[in-house]
Amino acid sequence: MTAWLMAVPLAVPAAAAAACLLVGRSMRMQAAITFAAAVCQLAAGVALTAEARAFGPAALAVGGWPEGAAIALVADMASAVMVVLVGTVAVLAVPFAASTIDRRREAFGFYPLVNVLLLGVAGMVLTGDLFNLYVWVEVTLIASFVLMALGGGRLQMEGATKYVALNVVASALFLTGVGVVYATMGTVSLGDLARAAHESGLAWPTESGTMLVLAALLVKAAAFPFFAWLPASYHTPPIGVTALFAGLLTKAGVFALLRVSGLLLSGGESRDTAQAVLLTLGGVTMVAGVLGAAAHTDMRRILSFHIVSQCGYMVMGAGFFSSAGYAATLFFLGHNMAAKTGLFTAAGIAYRLAGAYDVRALGGLMRRHPALAASFAVCAASLAGFPPLAGFFGKLALVQAGFTGGHFAVAGVALFTSILTLYSMTKIWHEAFWKPPPSVSTAQGRAPWPAWTALFGFAALSVTAGLAAGALFEFATLAGEALADPAAFIQLTGSAEP
Amino acid sequence: MEAVLPFVIGVLYAAGTFLMLRRALARILIGLALLTTGTNLLVFTAGGVIRGRPPLIEGDSERLTGPYADPLPQAFILTAIVIGFGVLAFAIALAYRTLRDAGTEDTDELTNSEALPEERA
Repeated sequence: MTAWLMAVPLAVPAAAAAACLLVGRSMRMQAAITFAAAVCQLAAGVALTAEARAFGPAALAVGGWPEGAAIALVADMASAVMVVLVGTVAVLAVPFAASTIDRRREAFGFYPLVNVLLLGVAGMVLTGDLFNLYVWVEVTLIASFVLMALGGGRLQMEGATKYVALNVVASALFLTGVGVVYATMGTVSLGDLARAAHESGLAWPTESGTMLVLAALLVKAAAFPFFAWLPASYHTPPIGVTALFAGLLTKAGVFALLRVSGLLLSGGESRDTAQAVLLTLGGVTMVAGVLGAAAHTDMRRILSFHIVSQCGYMVMGAGFFSSAGYAATLFFLGHNMAAKTGLFTAAGIAYRLAGAYDVRALGGLMRRHPALAASFAVCAASLAGFPPLAGFFGKLALVQAGFTGGHFAVAGVALFTSILTLYSMTKIWHEAFWKPPPSVSTAQGRAPWPAWTALFGFAALSVTAGLAAGALFEFATLAGEALADPAAFIQLTGSAEP
Repeated sequence: MEAVLPFVIGVLYAAGTFLMLRRALARILIGLALLTTGTNLLVFTAGGVIRGRPPLIEGDSERLTGPYADPLPQAFILTAIVIGFGVLAFAIALAYRTLRDAGTEDTDELTNSEALPEERA
């Protein structure tokens, strides 16, 4: 197996960020470089998935250090599939963001930042080391801080202040957790830690350190009660930035949560504690997010609250601690990246066409723009969970995994939340698309073609992923097994002598 | 030294948390700085505090023997200090811009972005 392949999703965006800075003022060039980097990331993800399927998981000892001393990158089925998902979102959402962002923001380093964001997310997915996970989280965060604040203005500054304050506290929690884990275990290699966790269970100080890391990742995943930063900030930057964040940030947080809890907390007594925490928080997050959405009329705010709600499903899936649960969570994660980013693209196009994000000021979009309406309907129906769309199979698998594991209450909450999700989607549909256009007609603009491509792409993904759910679940199941069984991971990244 | 540091770290965490719960952005920034410093010190002490024993293999010996200063936590905090410094610098610039654009640094008044359009100041 060609181990260097897993360095590609990191090396390419890093090089692209530098290249964007070097080419200077040519925005076309920068956009082209960023898009090429996204395509490379996707291609590397596909190649990694194919290799992981053919030859099993692999690790890359960065810097050529001997095993145990080196910081490892790990490409197993789970991380490889995740790189594919990240690459897919990037390939579609980067042109959307590039075509809708204004010149001023573009010139202030938009493209280098997007590349750094992609770099950080890929790092979070591929790393095999707890401290490195912290560093990648920070890389992602700092890029997102600047993207969030880029351009200025009161609203964006307010949003960014809240976003930065809460996420910085989470980082401090994370680093504290890493420090405690190192103090008690003498290592931060996830493989070595997983070996200790599964052979003898974690001692309480290590366990509390791990729980701090878990709490920090729950902040990144926007779980209750830590989600306040998300709906307070996601509607303030330009829609292209929001779409990228919606597709990448919380999702990478969820993946890190799956990885860390699967490796470190799935053995012995820690598992029961973590399970209770994750299932409870998952259930509450779903309901809190969807109820928050019910109170709003700005499309971006409704959709932001729905990100929170959907993350609740994934936190719940992490709490099942079974390979079926992980498989379902990963499938749901992928579906959500497509559907959610697609919905934000639809909101952005609606804004371009009719001049408003507030659904009360919109109307008649179905008659005027049937293509937009159809694509929105597909993404919204997938989010709510209609067959034969991808969202249906994601939810079905999650609820099934919940019932099989005997977690009836939280699986019931998940079903109930679907109905409330449908309510929110119907609200947008009715107000923005169905009702007659407002008498004081708003602006009639045009949307750039990359925006349409992105929207149609995400809608098409929601349909094909639903139709090909069987084939995709094969990958999800393999990935779920990789997350649930740490043996391969331990063998790859653990030091030779424990 | 090792007996004193936990208390120092505790005080830094407590003061940092207290300040981050205040409403004024300037205090939140100082709280952030204290919290980051506390975290860095915690990571520093994680490997044990050993003076004057660099992790070097001496003479003709093949392995490190005896107690030595653990280099790994030092590498960790070096990274963490750089990250913390960058984030703090960014946060200060952000707070300044917020003060300039919103005209207030009272976090209770930074509610414009979450208000309905018709209720915005």
